[in-house]
Order: sequence, then C-alpha cells, then structure tokens
Amino acid sequence: MTTIQSNVDAATIGGRLASAEPSLASAIADWITTSDHKKIGRLFIGSSLLFAVGVSVLGGLLGFERMSAKGYSVLEADAVVQLFSAYQFALVYAVVAPLFVGLAIAVVPLQLGSRSLSYPRLASFGLWAWVSGLIVTLVSIAANGGPGGGNPDMVDLYLLALGLVALGLSAASVSIVVTVLTSRAPGMSLLRTPMFSWSALMGAMATVLTMPVLIGTLVYTYVDHANGRLAFGGNTDVSKWIGWSFTQPQTFVFAVMAVGVLAELAPIVANVRQPLRPVMLFGVTLVSTAALGGATQSTHSFSWNGTIADKVKELIPFALFNLLPILGVLIVLALGGLAAKNGRVKLTASFVFAFLGTGMLFVGMLVHALSMIGPAALAGTVAQESSTLYVVYGAVMVALGAVAHWGPKLWGRCLPKKEMFGLAALALLATILSSLPLVLAGFLDQPSNVVAGWSYDASGLLNAVSMIGHGLMLVTVLGFIGLAFKNFTSGAFASDDPWDAHSLEWSIPSPAPAENFSDIAIVGSAEPLLDVKPARQGVSA
Amino acid sequence: MTMTLPSAPNPAPKRQALVATAVASVGITMLVAGMLGVWLRFRAAADTRMSSDGRRVIKDWLPSDIKIPEVSSNTMLAGLFFGCVMAQWAVYAAKRDDSSHRSIALAICLLMEVAIINAQVAVYSQMQIGVNDGVFQAMFYAITGVIVVLLAVAVAFTAVTWFRSVGGRDNDSHVVAAHALYWYVLTAAFCAVWFVVYVQK
Repeated sequence: MTTIQSNVDAATIGGRLASAEPSLASAIADWITTSDHKKIGRLFIGSSLLFAVGVSVLGGLLGFERMSAKGYSVLEADAVVQLFSAYQFALVYAVVAPLFVGLAIAVVPLQLGSRSLSYPRLASFGLWAWVSGLIVTLVSIAANGGPGGGNPDMVDLYLLALGLVALGLSAASVSIVVTVLTSRAPGMSLLRTPMFSWSALMGAMATVLTMPVLIGTLVYTYVDHANGRLAFGGNTDVSKWIGWSFTQPQTFVFAVMAVGVLAELAPIVANVRQPLRPVMLFGVTLVSTAALGGATQSTHSFSWNGTIADKVKELIPFALFNLLPILGVLIVLALGGLAAKNGRVKLTASFVFAFLGTGMLFVGMLVHALSMIGPAALAGTVAQESSTLYVVYGAVMVALGAVAHWGPKLWGRCLPKKEMFGLAALALLATILSSLPLVLAGFLDQPSNVVAGWSYDASGLLNAVSMIGHGLMLVTVLGFIGLAFKNFTSGAFASDDPWDAHSLEWSIPSPAPAENFSDIAIVGSAEPLLDVKPARQGVSA
Repeated sequence: MTMTLPSAPNPAPKRQALVATAVASVGITMLVAGMLGVWLRFRAAADTRMSSDGRRVIKDWLPSDIKIPEVSSNTMLAGLFFGCVMAQWAVYAAKRDDSSHRSIALAICLLMEVAIINAQVAVYSQMQIGVNDGVFQAMFYAITGVIVVLLAVAVAFTAVTWFRSVGGRDNDSHVVAAHALYWYVLTAAFCAVWFVVYVQK
C-alpha cells in the first residue's frame, strides 16, 4: 500500500529541504545537464517569465511610438520594422509557448503518478535548442536581420535560429506526448487523465503537428534566401511565408494548456468531482483544433458576399478554423461554472488567475474571429495585434496561476494569497488596457505593424492607454517574479496537499522528491485522492 | 491524517520507443506534407508552355533543359521498399529471439540506407543544376535535402539498433519495431516526394 501523509509539520518539510549546499559551479553544471523533469520545466518557466518582462517593455515602447501618428518619436524607421518582428516573435515563441511546455514538463509526470518524464534528455535538448535559438533569433533581428531585415547574412541566421526554436519546442512536445501515452499509473485510462495532463497531450500533439510545417517552410525560405532569392521574395516576403506562425490561430495551439489549467482547478476550488468530465475533455480537445490553421498554413475569412450558397461555402471553413476553438473554451467555462454551482467554492488566487486569464483568452479568440469577418473591416489593422495580446497576456495570467498552484510541488512553498489576489487584479487590468484600445483603434482603421501614417482623433489616447497596459503587465510579471523568488526561497513551507486537491501529485511530499513516487499507486477513478480521503468519500458531481 | 492508495506491482514494459517514433513520424509526415503543399502551390502558379514535342500545353515549372534521372530516383524508391522488408525481417527475428537474423537484417538495412543516400548524390551529380539557378532548382534542393536528412537520421537509428543487437540486447524488440515503423514512414514520405517531384515534376 502507498501511504500518504498529509499536513506534515513544517519542521519535517524544512528538514527535507535542508541538504548539503553544492558549490556554485557544480550547481550550475547540475542544472544545465539535468534530466530531472522538474528542473527542466522550471528552467523553461523561469526563462519565459524573464522574456515576458522584455516583451512588455517592447510592447510599451511600440505603444509610445504610436502615440503620435505623424512620425517617429524615439526610434529610427528601420529599427521599427525590426522591433515589430522581435515583438511578434517573442510574444509567441519566447513567452506563451515555452511557458506551457515548461509547465507540462514539470507537472505532467507528477499528475500521472510517473517517476520521470519519458525521454528527459530529449526534453533537455528541447530546452537548450529553444534557448539558444531564441537568443540567436533576437540577436539576428537586432543586427538588422529578421523579416524585412537589410542584412542578408542576419536574415539567413534568423531563419536558421527560428528553425532551432521550432525544433526545440517540437522535441519537448514529443517528450510530453510520450509521457502521457505511456507513463500513466495503473488504472489511469486516458479518460481518467487529469485535465491539465490531457490538455498537455492535446497541446503538445498540436505543436508536433504544426511546428514541422514551420520548419519545412523555413527550409524553403532559407535555401531560397541564401541562394538567389528567386522563389520566396527575399527578406521582404519572409513574413508572408512564416507569418502564420506568429498569429492566430497558431497562438491558440500554445494556449490549449491554459484552458486545461482552468479545467483542472475549477472542480478543486468547488470541492466536487467534475460534472460531465468527458464533455470537459472534449472541450479542451476542441481548442486544439486550432492546429488546423498551422497545419494548412492558412486562415479562412468570411466575406459575407455572394449568394446564400456562397456564404455557406465560406462559412464552413471559417467555422472549422475559427469557431471550434471558441466553442472549446466556452464548454470549459460552462462546465467550470457547473462545478462551481454543484459545490462550495473556496477561491484560491491560482484559480482567480486561471479564470480571468481564460476569460481574456476567450475575448482574444472572439476578436480574432471578428477580424476574419469581412464587414468588420478589421483585417490588416491593429485589432489583429490586439487579439494576439489578449491570447498571450491571458495565457500568461493562467500560467502565473498555475505556477502558484503547483509551486508547493516544485519549490515546497506557497505564495501569499493576498498579494496574489492583488497581482491577479493588476494582470487583468494590464491585459484589458493593453489590448482593448487596439480593438477600438482597429475599428478606426489604424494599420498594424507601423508607427505612423494614419489619422483619427483619439489615436494618441488609445495608444497611450495600450502603452500603460504594457507597463502594468511589466509590473505584474516583475511583481510575480519578486514574490516567487522571495517566497519560494524563504517563505512558509507548504503542506503536502494545501489545496485539498484530487490528483496524484498531491499524495507525495512537498516539494516532490527526486523520483516523485516511492511506490506506484493504482488509480480507481479520475480523482484518486477523493477516493481515499476519509472526509471526502461521499463527494460526487 | 494518513491516506492510503493501493500500490501496484512493477509496471509492464511501456514500449516508449515505439510510441515516440510514432509521434515523431506524425511530425515527419507534417514536415514532408507541408513542403509538398508549398511545392504544389508553386507548380500550380507557374505559367504554361508547349511541351518539347509541341503536342500539348504543360506547366512551365520544370525548366526544359533539366532531365530528371529516373534510374537513380527509381533505385532509391526500390531500395526503400527493400529496406522495409529487411526492417520487418528484423522485427520477425526479434520476436523469436533470433539475434543472428535480427543483426543481419539490420545490417542490410544500414547498407541500403547508405546506398539510397548514394543514389541521391547520383541524382544531384547527373542533374548538374545549381541551387541558385532558378525557383525549381532551389526548391528541388530544399525538399530532397530534407529527405537526405531524414535518411541520415535513419542511418543513425539503424546503427544504434544494430549495435544494441550485436551487443546482446535480446529484450529490444520494441526498439526494432520502432525502427521498422520509421522505415515505413520514411518510405511513405519518399513515395510522395518521388511521385510529386520526380514523376509528376
């Protein structure tokens, strides 16, 4: 029998954490060469949060540039093109994608009752390929490379480095998929897989489906750009060929796990087994259909022209590509609400982050769908940038909540509830202020990816508000990093099951030991801990 | 408070290599399919011209002075199919713990891969085109280059499996099965490239 001791006293946990301090060099070497999935995941998460700081600074800078539509305030014209390239790239590939890949690598084996990640060296390769590719990409953009860059060598370098980033994310995703498919505890069928792990399976599979398509296109563009530039239009057309990977619906692929976090937390805060659980799984799966866009390198708009037959012909691909992910999020929100209705909700800061973040994600999806409808006339405007911001900042909010939720298992400590509630409110404000003005500016025909050349009365105001939003997001992320650093290194020790949760990771000590589980447990339901907690035997949907 | 979960016996073998190869195969399929999609898009957008015999209008996609060496490309295809048979022989032998036949089959696979790469090099040398000569040429090198990389991965995969086999790993049948799966996927991918690039042109 596996014995689980909950509410272990702080002194015991402190003793567990206290170990001989290694030298700095050996500690660094240990982290670089580690095959411990918790360390690999934390490296992904920590790096992504640092890049999130840079991205919000960049967003604020571009917002500042756009406060005047007449000319450049601070930056050179050439620099603006590069900054937009770096901004779009970093939002997706430096922040949202690696945040959730890292979270999945750290948490999924714990949820599945597995002692390790499958192919941890592959995940480690993914981490370092991503980090090195990311750094080289940003350096190449800074050196006048990237889409539209004037230095051909740096454009070549950019294409190669972006390929390395895509390869790294694919490698880590393969590791996640194989873990979920092969390393579940006995008795844990796929339908009994915890919601977050299910979303990790779907999100990682969608990544495996779409990143190779990007790599193939990069091979073409690189070979062409390095040799004659006859087919793919040289540096100016790089965006035309790979632009789909920086925008919607591809960003939804990376946000699938964000929806999974909400699906995981809703029944926990409501203190119930998730009602209609298979439908919830289906909802998460629907979000991953966003991979259709990436896999076919296409978007489908709805022009509303022609006969009814023409409209129906346009509506079907439009709905498949744009509305299915929205339906998925809607299902998750509705069933989360149903869980709350059935139980007694005890709010946690991580749930508030996840709920509000998913709400922002939902709004981002709606804005994207709206921008694909012809009469709205939002194509090519900043409304599309706004949609990306809603999705990315919303997903970042969810990720912050997820880090707080699983912090006890990764660091052995909890984050303070009061400060976290404050940060959640700030993050919500930041997301809305940075994104909503750009939706309005889109309706006023402000074009995307330029900092001058439009005219409407409120342009200064809307772009200034957006800049303030980016500033608030910067404060939020920095505040979270500071709070996490302080509390995860010297805060109060967490008990083994501080949230009264349902899945296997809460049956082991906090922080999780090196090999996670001393014994492999047999799982009898989708909420194995509810089956054995004496006071919770009667809890049902 | 103490909670208990029933503990399980040692878990059954997980066949992780096979599952990982299957997932990677999905990625390879998307890679090749995506590249062929772009290829077909360019081909469809090409202008038309009269064929060299002057009897029909054809797409002006393959430059008229370029000849695709069919012997070498067909040899590659045949070699891949032959490799599939050898890979499946290795699986058959591994299931019966027949290490000598397993090792022989894998060694033949390795030989076939080197031969196929050699055939691809022969295609390049017979065609005598430069990568910067035109749109077709650049894209031809890109897509066939990816196939060469996938073949190089196959060489590494086969070499590792073969070394494990001759090293006495007798409980390795799932790795041999994963190797065979990679061969099938590679063969299917090359079939598609062979038809679109070498036959349909």
